[in-house]
Amino acid sequence: MSNTKEKALRAKDKSAALGPDLDLERFSRDSRPWPSCPVSSLPEDILQQSSNVGIRPDEKDRAGTYFQIDHSVVFQSVQKPFEGQVEIMSTKEAFEKYNRLKEYWWRLIAVDTDKYTALAELNWDYGYFLRVLEGQKVTLPLQSCLFVSKDNLNQNIHNIIIAEPNSEVQIITGCAVHSNVQRGLHVGISEFYIKERAKLTFTMIHNWAQNFDVRPRTAALVEDNATFVNNYVCLKPVKSLQMYPAAYCKGTNSRVRFNNILYGTRDAYLDVGSKVVLQGGGSRGEVIARAIASDSAQIYARGLLVGEHKDSKAHLECRGLLASDTASIHAIPELLGKVSGTDLSHEAAVGKIVEDQIQYLMARGFSEDEAESLIVRGFMDVSIFGLPDSLRDEIKKMIDATTERAL
Amino acid sequence: MNILKLENLSVEVAGRTVLEDVNLEIPRGEVHVLFGPNGSGKTSLIMAILGFSSYRVVSGKIWFNEIDITRMPINERVKLGIGVAFQNPPAIRGVKLGDIVRVFIGSGMDAGQRQLELTKTLNLPSEFLSRDLNLGFSGGELKRSEILQVLAQKPCFVMLDEPDSGVDVENLGLVGKALDSFLKERSGLLITHLGYILRYVDADKAHVLFDKTIACSGKTTEILSHILNEGYKWCEKCPILRKRLYERRINLPL
Repeated sequence: MSNTKEKALRAKDKSAALGPDLDLERFSRDSRPWPSCPVSSLPEDILQQSSNVGIRPDEKDRAGTYFQIDHSVVFQSVQKPFEGQVEIMSTKEAFEKYNRLKEYWWRLIAVDTDKYTALAELNWDYGYFLRVLEGQKVTLPLQSCLFVSKDNLNQNIHNIIIAEPNSEVQIITGCAVHSNVQRGLHVGISEFYIKERAKLTFTMIHNWAQNFDVRPRTAALVEDNATFVNNYVCLKPVKSLQMYPAAYCKGTNSRVRFNNILYGTRDAYLDVGSKVVLQGGGSRGEVIARAIASDSAQIYARGLLVGEHKDSKAHLECRGLLASDTASIHAIPELLGKVSGTDLSHEAAVGKIVEDQIQYLMARGFSEDEAESLIVRGFMDVSIFGLPDSLRDEIKKMIDATTERAL
Repeated sequence: MNILKLENLSVEVAGRTVLEDVNLEIPRGEVHVLFGPNGSGKTSLIMAILGFSSYRVVSGKIWFNEIDITRMPINERVKLGIGVAFQNPPAIRGVKLGDIVRVFIGSGMDAGQRQLELTKTLNLPSEFLSRDLNLGFSGGELKRSEILQVLAQKPCFVMLDEPDSGVDVENLGLVGKALDSFLKERSGLLITHLGYILRYVDADKAHVLFDKTIACSGKTTEILSHILNEGYKWCEKCPILRKRLYERRINLPL
């Protein structure tokens, strides 16, 4: 047995450091295989759910697509004009093609971190391999969808994303479930490699179900003069979501930015952090989090900035909006300076919607409900993501539609 | 006919009386000025007319175009044709000035053109419309953004709370001229501390709010010259006010 497997076996009962502990036995591993087919010929309800998380079934305005349902890869393709610029395939296929893939596999995340990383190793259900070739600036976003169609299913994804030197790419990943799905567990391992002077913007949108549990494990390595932007949006109820993605700014002048928009409704439990480790000279980090908690949602908005180089700087900003008296937002910003010269700062604010703001908007003719929804939508301003206009407008529309229904 | 009539209006904020027995009538088509020292209740009066919840009307009535609006929600009053430029508007993150202006202007074919014209009138860059509302605006920008919203709304009655404070000389002329032509066929209530805006805008009548109530009313030029010459010490000589103060003193519990 391989060393990795052994480690995973040893960690298979190891609780995670954060979040409610889950009994893995209660989830099902049985899924029926889905045949591969063009995205547009998938059932209408699946298309609808996936378009709610930013997936274009017609593949218009997208450079390439990866679509996985349950444990099956149903579609993977690069659009003609982008062939030779990017590669998209399942990680299983990538292993067959590239012997070197093992150098990237479980390199940034330890397989024995907790029972979820162990589970992803022991019961691995594909995931995507996205690689942007050296010097390629991909003008349209790549899209990937991870879909769960069966109730109470456990899906374990392991993704590898590589931006080769001097490349540039936007990736949008949507995770969604079928409307029949109530419960389930999604574990997603993502390892990002952003090489010299590359720029990777990753936008992930989650739409889970009310009794669904989610445990992503993400880490990124950012090399010299490279930039990693990680955007995350979660708008729909989820039973529990716990993640604490980390970016290691190892390179000189490496840049990382985390932007999170969390909207907790009903009895959602969201524990979302962002960790930035500044290791290179001139490395810079920024974490921006917006959290709205309504009904009896509980949100933990964490952040950890670690300064390990004397010329490094990072800032963390967390704003929480409480829309109900039974909801809670716990902002936990942490700064860890290890050398003099590192410059770390944070600001955090949690409060309710200010009556003055509502009444001000009412004095402009908006009704009380309209004013509140305008403020909430404004609070989740996607312009913080730094996306190209068209993608920003798409995501804004999605957020507007979701919040309009929810409010 | 009066566009606005306040009848024995008394208002409390957090249990403290801020306005007492205020009577005021503004006939349709007239612009009135409200003077008064700091803390006399000028802004409270505007907030009460608008219906802000922390300004509780304890007694009296507010009539707008002969409709009793005393208990009406803010937005319904606004829909009747009340506009306001606030003195200290709150900053709202993520809500753009353009979001509000668009509601007034609509999305017709000439909407974009009209937005640009408005920003030009007030010497604001067009990018201003995509900035977060009042966030990091300078004092002068705040005033102009408030006035821009009023110009877009085109209400028949407009309340302007110190539109001239914090505006530099150059922009004061712009703001003044814009307001003057805007007020030509409208009614309004104008609060000003030092009266700069009156160089550009004609007011039909002036009132002095002193010690929570309207102490006197009269010709704008006369009242302004008294205030500029003597300050609000002038009001302390007023027999009506002296009587009020005296009565209050003897009514104090022993």
